[in-house]
Amino acid sequence: MSFVEYSDFIQDGDVAIVYLSHDNMMPVKVQQGAQTQTRYGVIRHSTDLIGKRYGSKVTCSKGGWVHVLHPTPELWTVTLPHRTQILYTTDIATITMMLDLKPGSVVCESGTGSGSLSHAILRTIAPTGHLHTVEFHQKRAEAVAEEFKEHRVDHLVTVRNQDVCKDGFGVAGVADAVFLDIPSPWEAVRHAKTAMKKHGGRVCSFSPCIEQVQKTCEALADHGFEEINTLEILLRVHDVRTVSLPLPDFGSDAPSEKQPDSSEKLPAPKHTAATIKTTTPPREIPGHTGYLTFATKPRT
Amino acid sequence: MADNGDEEYRIKEGDYVVLKRGDIYKAVQIQTRKKVIFEKQWFFLDNAVGHLYSTTFEIVSGGTLQPQARKSTDSSSDAKEAGTDNRNILDDGKSQKLTRDDIETLKEQGLKGQEIIQQLIDNSSTFRDKTEYAQDKYIKKKKKKYENTVTILKPSCRILAMMYHGREPGKICHLRYDTLSQMLTLANIHAGSKVLVFETCAGLVLGSVMDRMGGYGSVIQMYPGGGPVRAGVESFGFPAHFHNMLHDFPICHVNALLAGTLDTTAKDISSSDSKQSDVAAEEEQTQPEAKQQDSPEEQSMETNTGTDDGQDQEKEEKERRKEAKAQEKKVKLEEKRKKLAAAAALLEGRNADGLVIASRFHPCPVLMSLLKFLSPSRPFVVYSQYKEPLIECYTKLREQGGTVNLRLTDTWLRHYQVLPNRTHPVLLMSGGGGYLLSGTTIATDRSKPPGPQRVEEPAPKRPKLTDAVV
Repeated sequence: MSFVEYSDFIQDGDVAIVYLSHDNMMPVKVQQGAQTQTRYGVIRHSTDLIGKRYGSKVTCSKGGWVHVLHPTPELWTVTLPHRTQILYTTDIATITMMLDLKPGSVVCESGTGSGSLSHAILRTIAPTGHLHTVEFHQKRAEAVAEEFKEHRVDHLVTVRNQDVCKDGFGVAGVADAVFLDIPSPWEAVRHAKTAMKKHGGRVCSFSPCIEQVQKTCEALADHGFEEINTLEILLRVHDVRTVSLPLPDFGSDAPSEKQPDSSEKLPAPKHTAATIKTTTPPREIPGHTGYLTFATKPRT
Repeated sequence: MADNGDEEYRIKEGDYVVLKRGDIYKAVQIQTRKKVIFEKQWFFLDNAVGHLYSTTFEIVSGGTLQPQARKSTDSSSDAKEAGTDNRNILDDGKSQKLTRDDIETLKEQGLKGQEIIQQLIDNSSTFRDKTEYAQDKYIKKKKKKYENTVTILKPSCRILAMMYHGREPGKICHLRYDTLSQMLTLANIHAGSKVLVFETCAGLVLGSVMDRMGGYGSVIQMYPGGGPVRAGVESFGFPAHFHNMLHDFPICHVNALLAGTLDTTAKDISSSDSKQSDVAAEEEQTQPEAKQQDSPEEQSMETNTGTDDGQDQEKEEKERRKEAKAQEKKVKLEEKRKKLAAAAALLEGRNADGLVIASRFHPCPVLMSLLKFLSPSRPFVVYSQYKEPLIECYTKLREQGGTVNLRLTDTWLRHYQVLPNRTHPVLLMSGGGGYLLSGTTIATDRSKPPGPQRVEEPAPKRPKLTDAVV
């Protein structure tokens, strides 16, 4: 198991995703002799997990069952321990494409936060790229570095515990792409430029507030960035449902012979309904995550 | 110029590049003395060779390109004079003193776009009364019309996806670029994996998958009809070794492969391919004669004599030429057979790591049969321009089992104009970018029929009316 390479069987030391339902999953560190509690009972790692195929059904002690999935950055995003607000897959997918990421890309990122985006970047730039990620919170930087090790992607990433606005990314002239998710991205624009390759590259800034976007765009333009473009993307989930729509009874078109009398028995009313497969939107959805501002650094 | 390590960033003859002006893109190949038409202008790309990518060129007389000097920070109207509002501006069509003919004359005199715009401003009676913002807008609009520059870019998945979506959405089943980005992420496309792709998006989806795999691993294009269509893959300008990871397999042999009756030693296996015309690729394929033959050798003999008989009335000369051609074809067929066998071998293990479907075909049968080639615990994603067929896929998968994490989604995308005091969403936005069904495979217990899983969809509520009556 690694976040950048599939394996077929669960091994001691892997991180596996236990799937209970589509909105209930959890990551499990597989360890010989260890146990994990779920709502369906206990999972015994030695007998239930190790040596089993990823994707297998595992019966828990109370008779309920779960599926054990191979970790992916997307599953990690929905199961990871939150230490900060995180980026979700919809934004991550857009960022990945708009930054032109691919195997071999060198990327700078700040802040690292809980590492949701970092894992997705690492998956895409492996096996020859590198991620330089900067996090000013020491405990968070340490925690994420530990996770990278557990997920066997630590050879692809350098975690730096510093303030990107003051100290930059710790590298110069190496990055194909820079990603900023910090409170004042405009203060880091010059560092982004320094970190990037001479021949140019792409930059992205994620900000929840439009005032931040305004300042960032100005800073980007001042530093000679081109093709500055701000967008917003939202995910819309369609829940598939079978619904039954009753059809009203319009009565018979035969002439009525006598006044309907309440005491007399009525012909059994035909209550028919049409059953259709359709989708319904969830009652509430995240209506705003953040604005994504992209720009191109020209050759300098 | 003497910059070392710049070679990979220089435009070379034969390169696939993307031309850009404003938001308009066009993918072309650099060929000498080849006329290119872009935005109603024609020119030659010869002069671009040797220059760096992302260089902006001016199109000068005779259709030659001239690298543009680094732009001298938008030197628009120096005389900053502006009105406060538009109360005195009348749309009487008289504000511009220059006529159409005047402008044409200016153009013929060889004035550059910037100079023409300055002339327009000088001859506009209302320009100075416009607000500063309106002036900006005016200049921007005129720039778009009169500046004849073109930027040459190195292609990327982002640029090509935006290009196709802007120029020829019909060719890519109206797949919006952000939807494509979701697909690549949801399918966990990465280097070193084995991915199945079924698409009728001109090769854009296939190319994007290959781009994300960086030449590591294998991609198997499952194609409908006579041959794989992937013109769009060329536009990515991949290095030659990328094509080593690309395999293809005709969808019409999937049933045989799944049933274990596909015989890749049969000589006639791709006879349908040899008959293909350009149109054939676009046509529905009838189940070919892939039935088991006792001896493949005999079979090929039979087909040969069969065609001979049919051609009996034809001239002998023609016959001989045909035979020579047939020989040539045979060699080609043999090559094709080998390729097919290789692709079949990749599929037979049923251990693919990902599945991406984006086509104009009904996704349901495609998904149902191709899912069988995936390992358990692997993601798949299906695109459709329409929601209903994906509802059907969803329903089928729930009945059948073998998948978890099913989700039917689409994305909403909005661009913003960000300017000091004038920030707002762009007035026009895409109405829809198509729908996605994504999920993860799980191990199926083959001994037992897949019983009903924990139901995630609540049972349909009975209509209240019925409740009251019964």
